[in-house]
Amino acid sequence: MASVLALLLVAGPLVLGSYWVGLLTQVVILAILAMSLDVLLGYTGLPSLGHAAFFGVAAYAVAVLSTTYHAGVWTCVAAAVLIGTGLAAAFGLIVSHVRDVYFLMITLALGMILWGLSFRWIPVTGGDNGISGIPTLLGHAGLGAAGPAAFYYVALLVLAACGALLARLVRSPFGLTLRGIRENESRMKSLGVNTWLHCYLSYVIAGACASVAGVLWAYYNGFVSPTYLDLTASSELFLMVTLGGPATLVGPVLGAGIIVLLKNVMSAYTARWLLILGIVYIAAIFAAPQGIWNLGRRSGRARA
Amino acid sequence: MNRSRRAIVALALAAAVAVLRGQAPEGPIKIGFIVPLSGPYAQNGRDILNGFLLCLDEIGYRAGGREIQLTVEDDQAIPAEGLTKARKLVEGDRVHLMAGALLSSTGYALAPYIESQRIPMVFPVVSADDLTQRRRGTWIVRTGYTGSQPNHAFGEYAYHTLGYRTVATIALDYAFGWESVGGFQRTFEGEGGRVAQKMWTPVSVHDFAPYLAQISRSVDAVYALFLGRSALQFMRQYEEYGLKGRVPLIGAGTTTDEHVLPFMGDEALGVVTALHYSAALDTPANRAFAAAYRARYRKVPSYYSESMYAGGKWVIAAIEALGGRVEDRARLLDALRAARPAGVPRGPVELDEYGNPIENVYIRKVERVNGELQNTVIATFPRVSQFWKYNPAEYLRQPLYSRRLAPAS
Amino acid sequence: MTYLLTQTLNGLFSAALLFLIASGLTLAFGVMRIVNIAHGSFYMLGVYVAYTVILRTGSLLLGALAAMAVVGAIGLLMQRVFLRRFGADPLPQMMMTMGFALLFRDAALMIWGGDPFTLPYPGWLRGSMEAGEVVFPSYRLFVILVAALVGVGLWAVNEKTLIGARLRATVDDPEMAAATGINVARLSGLVFAAGAALAAFGGVMGGPILGGYAGIDFDLLPLAFVVVIVGGMGSLKGALVGSIVVGMIDNFGKALVPELSYFTLFAPMVLVLAFKPTGLYGRA
Repeated sequence: MASVLALLLVAGPLVLGSYWVGLLTQVVILAILAMSLDVLLGYTGLPSLGHAAFFGVAAYAVAVLSTTYHAGVWTCVAAAVLIGTGLAAAFGLIVSHVRDVYFLMITLALGMILWGLSFRWIPVTGGDNGISGIPTLLGHAGLGAAGPAAFYYVALLVLAACGALLARLVRSPFGLTLRGIRENESRMKSLGVNTWLHCYLSYVIAGACASVAGVLWAYYNGFVSPTYLDLTASSELFLMVTLGGPATLVGPVLGAGIIVLLKNVMSAYTARWLLILGIVYIAAIFAAPQGIWNLGRRSGRARA
Repeated sequence: MNRSRRAIVALALAAAVAVLRGQAPEGPIKIGFIVPLSGPYAQNGRDILNGFLLCLDEIGYRAGGREIQLTVEDDQAIPAEGLTKARKLVEGDRVHLMAGALLSSTGYALAPYIESQRIPMVFPVVSADDLTQRRRGTWIVRTGYTGSQPNHAFGEYAYHTLGYRTVATIALDYAFGWESVGGFQRTFEGEGGRVAQKMWTPVSVHDFAPYLAQISRSVDAVYALFLGRSALQFMRQYEEYGLKGRVPLIGAGTTTDEHVLPFMGDEALGVVTALHYSAALDTPANRAFAAAYRARYRKVPSYYSESMYAGGKWVIAAIEALGGRVEDRARLLDALRAARPAGVPRGPVELDEYGNPIENVYIRKVERVNGELQNTVIATFPRVSQFWKYNPAEYLRQPLYSRRLAPAS
Repeated sequence: MTYLLTQTLNGLFSAALLFLIASGLTLAFGVMRIVNIAHGSFYMLGVYVAYTVILRTGSLLLGALAAMAVVGAIGLLMQRVFLRRFGADPLPQMMMTMGFALLFRDAALMIWGGDPFTLPYPGWLRGSMEAGEVVFPSYRLFVILVAALVGVGLWAVNEKTLIGARLRATVDDPEMAAATGINVARLSGLVFAAGAALAAFGGVMGGPILGGYAGIDFDLLPLAFVVVIVGGMGSLKGALVGSIVVGMIDNFGKALVPELSYFTLFAPMVLVLAFKPTGLYGRA
């Protein structure tokens, strides 16, 4: 199943038109983002409703550096990932001792504050209008003539790299500890595990990955706007993970694909597509409360 | 011998191209259309679409001898979704031209893509000043207006005709608000008036009470810029706090536009605003349009409705001028820029060399006629340009209107 | 002084509306551990249903009753048919309410169109009260009073009745409550429906001032969350105190530091959560 998905992603652009390659690029970038949230939500059991914040901040960093300061591509990429990760490291200090719904709420609040900042800090962010005129990634790197398929494969490569790293991470002793915290934190504590530090690191790692996705997103769209980090964006991301299957890494990729394709294919046929989307979500949770990827596997979540 | 043979081949090729060009190409003319049809701005988008549908219906979906095929996409008022939909229309559906967009943020997000794809797009509503000023491109044809355009005229009117000397402004805190207030402030203060107080309200505000309590009661008038539900709420609350009788209310056109006016009550009576359209405009073209629109949609047309009815006329005029040969995008763009559509409800329109319409600005006053609120036109500024009476080159050297534009001291 | 008094009254009005919305949200959380993303939709549906009824009957009271009945029934159905299955697993529950929020929003657009509207004032509450320099709209004062009455009513139910005792026991410890013979499932349905009806009632009360429009659901939801968080999830007293705190901060923040109005609400929420994650009156 996972190999079918991988084959589709690799071979897709060879047979598809440029519009579909564009959609597939969206899927790949959002898949990176959804995977990063999965580390937090699925493996550590920390549900974040503000995860789009790091994605958005990194995208803004690329936008500001590449347009206002005319920085080179490597400066933009490195600085954006650093800023996003640094922000996660700072926020992590505030949120890492919070659990369950309280975690949901504190991340929601932090997300709203950053959204407000993107809207309000006009001299830097351009306010509601955002910033446009970001070069394409390959153009910025001096490989101007490359088409959309080339960027797609770059994004796919990043997805593969992030996926491989995260897969290693969740199978490592560190990852197993994260699952232990999810299942029973007090037991982990009594075993002498510094659960705060584990949650903190998980949060920072997820933030770093989200920043990487944000960099790609800024280059893909060529502009940034406050909608990148609003509540709608964070909830949609949340749905990608829960719909696809938390604590699987592959599930969120599937979730990202399903949501992007559903939105764009359905809206071409009916104006009532949001209604249908709502019903699809409800039905999916009804049929597969642990996510589509976990359907047919061991009943319940694949627990380690 | 060799040379002449080559010349013959070249001639034959040129002839073949000429013949091919002369024939009307096969298939329909494809127009892609993007507006928000879900989410908070759904009704504004619906109004724009309705205007377009009415216009296309009138010509039976045919222009320049070819069928017109319309593809409608929903951008949810999210810029990134708008860009995705534009990609679909251009790269997937292979449309000949695009039209639509509501929010400035979407306009700015689409602009670089439109330029890179070299596809003509008609912006009927997006009013961000710089799209046809400091950051103008080639391929966007704006058939609407700039936010500051009607307000330049209004500042002068407020000073001379309404006789106001001090004004407080309260407006939505984003580019549309800054540019409208900026335009008003510039000409109002240029004539000798003074903007004594400026308040900006976040776009998410629904209760204006904290601001209303602070509005100066000693100014001659309050200038307000709101739209949609915020216009409705502000108007209601302005009366609630006893300001209605005390300080006259004036404002930007959207504050009393027909997309919200029917849902207001007596609190809106007497409010004076400026815009390039009013559904109550008493001209044959507008009477016919308003009657047809009411008959079909059972609603009074708003400026959003008129925007794409007019935009549609624009597109059709260009297609007719080309005899339906829209395949050459550069020629299509030239035709769009040169078009002088007839029968536009708002009155005569033409594009200036920067790609923004020169059109009438109407000063409107809310009155109740036959039991219904309407924007009665009380004065007309003919042929207003986006640069008002200023020299364009000098105008463009000044910064864009922002929220930090200081009141004259 | 005048200014201070007016802004305080404004703050109380915001608090009144927030309390009507947040009390249901906090109780549903207390009993079912559910983070209901569709709670703002109940407010929205309340305004819309009332609008339809008022257009036909002209009575705000009938509109309010109809809104509470219809939205309460929707809430009950949602809880009994859909949410109950997932017990205390918060993630699927929350995701399902996200689905419902989308569904309600688009259904409202389909049924009522996207035009904004306001509900009419009751005739006898038009105009404003004036005391010296202070001008305050009569209707807003009325809403503050009504919310206070609702608060007293909820307190009485909670403290003085059998249902209230069961409710408190369930909020404290659902498993213990079930063990002592309380029908937690039925209680959950009741609380969820009552919370939905209260939010709808809030919609009707706010209707003449804020009106109804596509998007009001998500405009108010974050505010209600802030109230619940600051007050402590599951606590009625917390919802009351939280509403007043948030209403005041929101009003004075907008009036005094308009530049920061996007942060004045969420910054306190972060602080409360960072230092006292359970809120002012919540239990861990």
